Amino acid sequence: MSEPTEPVAPKDFSARSRSRADAVAAPIAGLRRSRPAAVAARREAGLRWLLRGATYGMLAVIGWILLDIFGKGLPVITWQFLTDLPRASGAAGGILPAIAGTCCLVAGAFALALPLGVASAIYLNEYAAPGRFVAWTRLAISTLAGLPPIVFGLFGLGLFVLFLQFGASLLSGCLTLACMMLPTIIVGSEEALRSVPAFLRHGSLALGATPWQTIRYNVLPYALPHMVAGALLGVARAAGETAPILFTAAAFYIPRLPQSILEQVMSLPYHLFALTTQYPEAARIRSMQYGTAVVLLTLVLGLSLVGIVLRNHFRKKLRW
Amino acid sequence: MARLFHSDRSVRYGLLFATSTSLLIVALIFLFLGKEALPFLANPGLTQLLGTRWIPVSFDAGSFGIVPLFTGTLLVTSLSLVLTVPLGIGAAVYIAELAAPWERRILRPLMELLTAIPTVVIGFFGLVVLGPWIKYLCALPSGMNALTASLLLAVMAFPTVVSVSEEAIRGVPAAWKRPSLALGATPLQTTWRVTVPAAAPGILAAVSLGAGRVVGETMVVLMVTGNAAQLTLWPLKSVRTMTATIALEMGEVALGSHHYRALFCIGVLLLGVTFGLNLVAQRALSRQTQSH
Amino acid sequence: MVSGGQDRDAPSKIVVDELDFWYGTRQVLHGINLRIPARRITALIGPSNCGKSTFLHTLNRMHEIVADTRLSGTILLDGQDIHHPAVDVVALRRRVGVVFQHSNPFPKSVFDNVAYGPRLQGIRQREALSEIVQRSLQQVGLWDEVKDRLARHAWDLSGGQQQRLSIARALAVDPDVLLLDEPAAALDPRATVHIEDLIGQLCERYTVVVVTHNMQQAARVSHFTAFFYEGRLIETGPTNRIFSNPREQQTDEYITGRFH
Repeated sequence: MSEPTEPVAPKDFSARSRSRADAVAAPIAGLRRSRPAAVAARREAGLRWLLRGATYGMLAVIGWILLDIFGKGLPVITWQFLTDLPRASGAAGGILPAIAGTCCLVAGAFALALPLGVASAIYLNEYAAPGRFVAWTRLAISTLAGLPPIVFGLFGLGLFVLFLQFGASLLSGCLTLACMMLPTIIVGSEEALRSVPAFLRHGSLALGATPWQTIRYNVLPYALPHMVAGALLGVARAAGETAPILFTAAAFYIPRLPQSILEQVMSLPYHLFALTTQYPEAARIRSMQYGTAVVLLTLVLGLSLVGIVLRNHFRKKLRW
Repeated sequence: MARLFHSDRSVRYGLLFATSTSLLIVALIFLFLGKEALPFLANPGLTQLLGTRWIPVSFDAGSFGIVPLFTGTLLVTSLSLVLTVPLGIGAAVYIAELAAPWERRILRPLMELLTAIPTVVIGFFGLVVLGPWIKYLCALPSGMNALTASLLLAVMAFPTVVSVSEEAIRGVPAAWKRPSLALGATPLQTTWRVTVPAAAPGILAAVSLGAGRVVGETMVVLMVTGNAAQLTLWPLKSVRTMTATIALEMGEVALGSHHYRALFCIGVLLLGVTFGLNLVAQRALSRQTQSH
Repeated sequence: MVSGGQDRDAPSKIVVDELDFWYGTRQVLHGINLRIPARRITALIGPSNCGKSTFLHTLNRMHEIVADTRLSGTILLDGQDIHHPAVDVVALRRRVGVVFQHSNPFPKSVFDNVAYGPRLQGIRQREALSEIVQRSLQQVGLWDEVKDRLARHAWDLSGGQQQRLSIARALAVDPDVLLLDEPAAALDPRATVHIEDLIGQLCERYTVVVVTHNMQQAARVSHFTAFFYEGRLIETGPTNRIFSNPREQQTDEYITGRFH
């Protein structure tokens, strides 16, 4: 159990105390800065800039990557590029099947993982008494969150593709990605449930509601939008992953829209990978590669951004 | 009334069932990776895996020594962590303690957003932009080497390390810092002497999670390390990691062959390493929450 | 011993016998014996943390939602032990309603707040629900104020209106007993008068138990008063007797304001 701590000071504690100290110290003669203190202050300022440099330096590198991709890729994006079928093994034409394939993969995975994740979160947060089962489940969830995507790929290959004989297919890909999304959805949904204040539960129970009625009518309606927002982060991550679908779903070149859940599909991340490394004269189709990268980045960052903004909105929104 | 209770109980069991899928999936992952990998230990034998040559396809017997793959992963991972850990912790300290509130409001969600950048895009950038740069700067025949991959992995892991350690630093109660400030320490001295040590378990968790991501990352290394399975620790040479090997070869392997099983053995090793790193992270995180 | 013996005309609704209660290892109620007469208003008074709210919550087993609590002794509702394993806690809470100190309305419309309980019991038809909502709101004197804006968000009502809405929400379940935990604690004086009048009317149909730290309020609204101090029931009796002629020294000191 955590011990009660003292009330927490305002968040901008350091900044505030600094300015207050300056304001007080200045006019009092006996409290002027001594020489060693001045040296320390200079060192401190240097360190401050160093830390700032680390932050913005790395951000600049990431910015360089994004600028390069968008700068060279955006001019490629046309309506045709987005809505045409690919030609010549992907060297020409559009990327519609890859967009559609990725959308199908993540939508299917989301449809599988969301109910499971929300149900798990409800059980863990509203029903389960602390104990061995909860401890093991939490360990399992964090394990899932930390496993490399390629391990999910191997697992999907072993279980869905080979053992259950779904073959390399949209179905196998969805199932594999769903396993990968699950921990993000559970963690986000638990956060959403915890943000629903206790009086809604107590008030409902006091009116003679059963625990499930309470959750169903007085907790879930307020938590669900928050849950979906959090789940979008998992969806975005899954949409950008290549390794899990490498052996379970991804096809190099199928110049038509997905037809059945039992066939392979093209997908954006794999398409980018294939165009860059599997294509004989990869350097000649840079524009196709950049265009695909832009679409993939926009999709993934867009979903993430919507998820983060909505979730932070729900964190603050309610007046309780 | 009895019916109501009945339905409540069945809901409870349904939820319990759904919750146990996480356990089930983890168990199945161990089971299926183990099931495909174990026969290798019986037939070619464990000693085969400990060799220093990875030549899975040859006319006589292939050799499945994963040592060069392991050192490849080790080299790339340690290089990128040497870069990203100090920078990440520094950035976390900056965001948690020094940044202006408005800055913080932007940087925090930004870091979270950037964790989602698809690694295949980073790999693509490495292949097309950074690789040629490295090639030019170091006067190499090819820019596809361990250094290029490490730089990209450092960039990839940076937002994760920052987010997790920043949360840990932010979680240190102000009450712990106040005595230090009262004794005349400057805010930054307080950060260094009080806050960062108090957040150490959380920072350790951040490093472990970041390391887990780097070790398990596939696409970046697949695209920019050059994929030569050679035993080296020199960063400007081409290496091949465990993940890249699986990704490269699993597609063309004959099901059930020694090669297939050897690839699953690599998978089990990866599973073990990342599982261990995750255990470290979880331990550290629970210590952090307990101490506050 | 302590028990109100003068209420011959009112049969007991709730009889509490040797009730002990613990949060973890900390005992917060010690050997409580109390008879709560039917269709009367019983006030529970005492300084903060004297156990009066905890006691109130045991009467419909709301204490069970807090982990790690333990209880011994018996509580009989109409002669039935409410902690008997065969007793359905959901059914119990429908007979014993409670309105909390900060009993915020749910973030729903006025109508949906009042209809929440009836809907749980499977009442779905709009007319039946409307009838219950109207009756409940009339009982708390809120109908005329809100009848034109039943679809409005309940949080748009004033504090006093919200508190009456919470009482209406509890009444809509049609309980026998109504437990009120500091119902006027957060209200201004005018709204308080309103709530007190309402409590006075409610005892025509319901057994009311009201927790208050406001002695004037207890004196104004209740028929019987029970004084709690440090987890023990010090004294009970008719309200006018308790306030005019307390038998215990601690009661005297409390009602004369010598400690809080």
